[in-house]
Amino acid sequence: MKYAYFPGCSLKGTGRAYEESLLPVLRHLGVEVQEIEDWNCCGATAYMAVDEGKACAAAARNLALAERTGLRQMLAPCSACYLVLNKAQHYLNEYPAMRRVVTRALDSVGLQCRGDTAVRHPLDVLLHDVGLDAIKQKVTRPLTGLKVAPYYGCQIVRPYATFDDQANPESMDKLLAALGATVVRWPLKTKCCGGSLTGTLPEAGLRLSYILLKEALKRGADVIATVCPLCQFNLDSYHAKIAARWEPVRIPTVYFSQLMGLAFGLPAEQTVLHRGMVPLRFEPAPAAHA
Amino acid sequence: MKIKRTIKYEADRVPGFGREVMSVPGCEALEHCIQCGTCSGVCPLSIYMDYTPRQVMELVRSDFKHEVLRSHTIWLCASCYACTTECPRQIRITDIMYELKQRAIKEGVYPPRFPIPVLAEEFTKMVRDHGRISETRLVTKMYLRTNPLAALGMAGLGLNLLKTGRFSLKQDRIEHRGEMEKLMTAVDRENRKADA
Repeated sequence: MKYAYFPGCSLKGTGRAYEESLLPVLRHLGVEVQEIEDWNCCGATAYMAVDEGKACAAAARNLALAERTGLRQMLAPCSACYLVLNKAQHYLNEYPAMRRVVTRALDSVGLQCRGDTAVRHPLDVLLHDVGLDAIKQKVTRPLTGLKVAPYYGCQIVRPYATFDDQANPESMDKLLAALGATVVRWPLKTKCCGGSLTGTLPEAGLRLSYILLKEALKRGADVIATVCPLCQFNLDSYHAKIAARWEPVRIPTVYFSQLMGLAFGLPAEQTVLHRGMVPLRFEPAPAAHA
Repeated sequence: MKIKRTIKYEADRVPGFGREVMSVPGCEALEHCIQCGTCSGVCPLSIYMDYTPRQVMELVRSDFKHEVLRSHTIWLCASCYACTTECPRQIRITDIMYELKQRAIKEGVYPPRFPIPVLAEEFTKMVRDHGRISETRLVTKMYLRTNPLAALGMAGLGLNLLKTGRFSLKQDRIEHRGEMEKLMTAVDRENRKADA
């Protein structure tokens, strides 16, 4: 199992805990990744709001670079990257006019894009390529007693549901259960966190994050597990502002990969829990069986 | 008391606007809208909008260009795609919102110092010039351009990011500098050719 790895800007910036925890977990499971050389920003939601053709071209440069590696599968952990790369792929294959523009633009920098690399999410790879059994075998410190609210956010199941259900995704639920955690029933698992509105229009954006946090606490969760750097940022960073506007709703939000690292007994520099603003205090004990 | 006419007249329309939007990739299905309101119901942000997503769909289709491009609605869309997946007529509402944002930015019809288009503009500039986004640098720029005072209110957050090793003003960039700009110039050239 080897994948062309597209980290994206967040995983090198505010979301670095995602990369720092995901790569050791994948290595531990025997999954090989090769970072795409000279990848660029996927364009995220912001570029689509300015120019569709350019947004597509920016994303397609990455698809072209991924094709150059010869690997047929691409791993995109960030939800925005995952969506945008998939979307660009769809646009190239569905709209000949768009394909023409993008092909010529890529040609001007000496690149070609066939548009046939599978853009995959780590949850998809973990469940369907690695498998829950292989994951269970690596659990040395089960997360017994830890109540986790699985948060999928918007963009990994919408609009393209490639590996999980749009209304009620369950891949992370299954993964967390395999780690020994108690999965909290939490109907808001795909509700929007506010995206970049938390910074641009806080009244509206922060309310969405507040509702998620409040509901997770109400359902008895100890921690929220996320798959997206922007969701993690929103749910973890604005507690003071949320408390000032509404009420305190303090609960840690970590990447699912950090919980995997914990359950695998990986060292602290690979679970990087110190990167969170609301700390998760949980030390799983070694499994009882020999 | 300041009163405002709420009913639209025929004369407020810009004939052809709806057709034009519907000709854009992703926006075609709008003509099948049945005005059921599912989009407004599932939208987590419709409570803040001046026109609900359902109303925006009809306004576009009926050529009320000025009303939609000046609406808050298009900027409040956070791209969560809930409307798009729930729409019984398979209308890609999120993509239509993107198209409307693009037109509003092109025509410059948004309030000055309004942070959302400013962020989008700074974002695309950073991608074109450097190929990558340095998030905390980008957001700092946005605050300085829109509301420097609000930046002070973010000092605590900045400090926490610094403490957790996640704050940096350094610009990350791709090796093949200039390639992004070349790519974008080529897209403009191709679009001009297509328009001609």
